[in-house]
Amino acid sequence: MTPSEKYTAAAYLVVFVGLLAYVLIIAAKLQRIQRELGEVVEKLRERESREELTQGRSG
Amino acid sequence: MDGTRARIQLPLLAGLTAGLFAIAIALIFFYAPIDGNQGLSQKIFYFHVPIAITAYACFGWGAWKAFLLLWKRGEDSDLESYVAIHQGVIFGSLTLLTGSIWARISWGVWWVWGDDELVLFLVLFLFYCAYFMLRYSVEPGPSRANMCAVYALFGVVLIPISFFAIRLSRSLMHPEVFTLHGPQMTHSQFLTFCVALLAMLSLFATLYRLELAGKRLDHSLRELRELLAA
Repeated sequence: MTPSEKYTAAAYLVVFVGLLAYVLIIAAKLQRIQRELGEVVEKLRERESREELTQGRSG
Repeated sequence: MDGTRARIQLPLLAGLTAGLFAIAIALIFFYAPIDGNQGLSQKIFYFHVPIAITAYACFGWGAWKAFLLLWKRGEDSDLESYVAIHQGVIFGSLTLLTGSIWARISWGVWWVWGDDELVLFLVLFLFYCAYFMLRYSVEPGPSRANMCAVYALFGVVLIPISFFAIRLSRSLMHPEVFTLHGPQMTHSQFLTFCVALLAMLSLFATLYRLELAGKRLDHSLRELRELLAA
């Protein structure tokens, strides 16, 4: 490989790695949002079942 | 923009970007001729210059959104301006990195402090890096949005200075490719450059929408958590 080929490959690799890193960061953030959304849904379900239980006792 | 439109447009945009990139890479390596002076390393031009122009477009878009925030008090403008500037810093980093690699093979050095265009681009990049220091040192709210918008608008003045520095300085190091007489390259080189530029701008549009969708989702989730805790 000539120095010209090496540097050209390096420049394109830098762009590829940079964009890959960005996509991975965004993917990690979306995974966190998905997990947190799951937690919120779980809490809402718990709250709903508690309310139903309270209504059942009072009724 | 409503969620439905974003859901329809984002995959289409991502597909278009992927297609444009495939065409651009094919044109760069199989269609555009190898430069007689620089050899294969001249092919860095097809990514380096479009990335730099995209960085300018990102900063310009961020400034436009900042202007809309100050003018029309658009609710989403602050977030949109922030995301565009964030993208600009990413494209700016890639411009500096690819430019340094190209400088090393063409000029024998990684950086030239005497070249006005390089230094002005670095100043523009650092100016927008400092935007994040300002943003995260102030509590979220209308005053932070106003401060960030004014800062983003000040930065936009540096864009034409940086862009035209190469013409004003008459530098011998940085070649002047685009003159008043048109592009100083062959038709095949110019076509390849245009496709690469389109691909890069399309990539910016895709990443901008993707990051914005993630930020809006995060914001809605935080609101939902607060409502649940209340």
